[in-house]
Amino acid sequence: MKVVLQNLTKKFPNRNKKIKDDVVAVDDFTFEIPDGKLIGLLGPSGCGKSTTLHLLSGLQEPTCGKIFFGDEDVTDLPAEHRGVGLVFQNYALYPHLTVEKNIMFPLRNRRGADKLTKQQMREKALEAAKLVQLEELMDRKPSELSGGQQQRVAIARALVKMPKILLLDEPLSNLDARLRLQTREEIRRIQRSTGITTVFVTHDQEEAMSISDLIVVMKEGRVHQIGKPQAVYDDPVNLFVAQFLGTPPINVFEGEIKGEKLYIGGAAVLEVSGVADQPVYAGVRPEGFTVAENGALCCGLTEVEVMGRDITVVASHESFLGEEIRAIVSADNDLEGQKQVRFDLKPGKVHLFAKDTQQRIRFGG
Amino acid sequence: MGKKSWKAWLYLLPAALFLGVFMVYPLIDVFIYSLEEGYNFASQTYYDIGLYNYSYVLHDPYFLQALKNTFILVLITVPVSTGLALLISVGLSSIEKVRQLYQTVYFLPYVTNTLAVGLVFMILFKQTPYSDGLMNVVLGLFGMEPIDFITGPYWAKMLVLCVYTVWVVMPFKVLILTGALASVNQNYYDAAKVDGTSRFHIFTWVTLPMISPSLFYLIITGFIGAFKAYSDAVALFGTDLNVAEMNTIVGYVYDMLYGNSGGYPSYASAAAIVLFAIVLTITCINLLVSKKHVHYE
Repeated sequence: MKVVLQNLTKKFPNRNKKIKDDVVAVDDFTFEIPDGKLIGLLGPSGCGKSTTLHLLSGLQEPTCGKIFFGDEDVTDLPAEHRGVGLVFQNYALYPHLTVEKNIMFPLRNRRGADKLTKQQMREKALEAAKLVQLEELMDRKPSELSGGQQQRVAIARALVKMPKILLLDEPLSNLDARLRLQTREEIRRIQRSTGITTVFVTHDQEEAMSISDLIVVMKEGRVHQIGKPQAVYDDPVNLFVAQFLGTPPINVFEGEIKGEKLYIGGAAVLEVSGVADQPVYAGVRPEGFTVAENGALCCGLTEVEVMGRDITVVASHESFLGEEIRAIVSADNDLEGQKQVRFDLKPGKVHLFAKDTQQRIRFGG
Repeated sequence: MGKKSWKAWLYLLPAALFLGVFMVYPLIDVFIYSLEEGYNFASQTYYDIGLYNYSYVLHDPYFLQALKNTFILVLITVPVSTGLALLISVGLSSIEKVRQLYQTVYFLPYVTNTLAVGLVFMILFKQTPYSDGLMNVVLGLFGMEPIDFITGPYWAKMLVLCVYTVWVVMPFKVLILTGALASVNQNYYDAAKVDGTSRFHIFTWVTLPMISPSLFYLIITGFIGAFKAYSDAVALFGTDLNVAEMNTIVGYVYDMLYGNSGGYPSYASAAAIVLFAIVLTITCINLLVSKKHVHYE
């Protein structure tokens, strides 16, 4: 089922009573979530991603704007009638119920014609449990399960009622690193096999990039960019999006455009046709560097980290904003014993941003 | 005995000593007293060892009256006070604005002196040459005859005692239950709501199991407290409870020791042991029942 947000806004009264202005958690969101896709809402803490999820679930009411599930306006529909499955960050499994009863819980609420017999409920619960590979653990209590298993019970409970959309709030944040990798694949697999439109919230860009069909990058209640993960990575609209996506993060230099050339620290490092003279931020992806003997960008060499196929060159430069430059280059380069390293930049991996607005400045190659 | 456990016992000694002297020894002593027949307080002698004291107590109409009163009190006040406290706590948890004020109001009886509360109940219920008591005035508005709640029929006196007891024990229960309700994570309610659970079922399927340990604690201590009731009856009906037909088991024990008909520590001990046996039985039943219905995380 496709989901449409229309001018969705949520304001909260300020906790500090001296400040009259409301806190705008979600500011004028308009976008469409296509049917059957996995969407990642991505942003730093306090960007309004969880609030967006709660608005979708119906647990919170928007200040203004509308939400549509398919063609149906559900803005005023309370949570219990929306038919969404919600997985909480802390899972919210009922500690007094077994895994099976937890999964059956949503089914027990059905009334009238939809009412199921105990046998039907058990069958459906087993079906959902099989989907998340939990059928062996049906008689356990949540406290007897590992974090990853609890997570899967929570997903099964959300799936058992065949929700119109599935919402996941920071689904992986309580898991350890290895389990996180495993579980995110699991979520991907389950989403594919059920085809349920799924929205999940995360602050971890790697997580969002790796499994989403679409990502929505948010900050301070505003949507900054929506797109396929690779497209957003390759073509960020502003400095925030560029910095937020990618590990290691993009390397940002202070630079200047003069005569259609990009200067960093006095050296012309790149041809940028069609850009007026102005001070800029130049962001270079780690993979945007090539080591060259006569390279234009001269950096101090701090360290070389060997990763097998590639090496990470840790370097420094006076115009660099941040701790250290991290460049990923081919392992063929032998930099041993050198104090300096010279780079050429790949045009496609360099993004320019206006110094005042931090918006992207596009240039021809 | 290893070196470590020797040390452990040493650390436990102060507490063990006090508990032994003031708890265990008296308990054993009471049991021994209860078996000594014809004990003479002045000469500290007795004729024989046996169960006569129990037989006497269990055939004493005053004791049977006290037993009946205590059971009625327990069976009415424990469920009513716990139920009402639950209702009030749930109500308190679902309001936001004046919750603090209400919490204070509900907690007031807890910090009020028993006898002062007794005085308030006198004003409410007692008939004097000047007034029929506030309650009778209200009843009069509905065209009912005035009832003498303090010295009148048995059921009226019992009613007042029950109302009084419920009123006195409720604040503590409200306090515990509001605390328990506040500690239930909001996420559980949100999860239930998203799954379309009705308010009633959220209460019975989520809230009740979550607060069941606190609820169980209140029921157990409620039973024990009600079985040990005494001062409430004194506050309402004075010290001559046998005449008022309002005696309780603890009141009977006191009377046997120090009352007008007192000076019989053997009978008092036997009655105390009977009470102990009753409380122990009820508590064991409670524990058995709780195994199925109380959920500890």
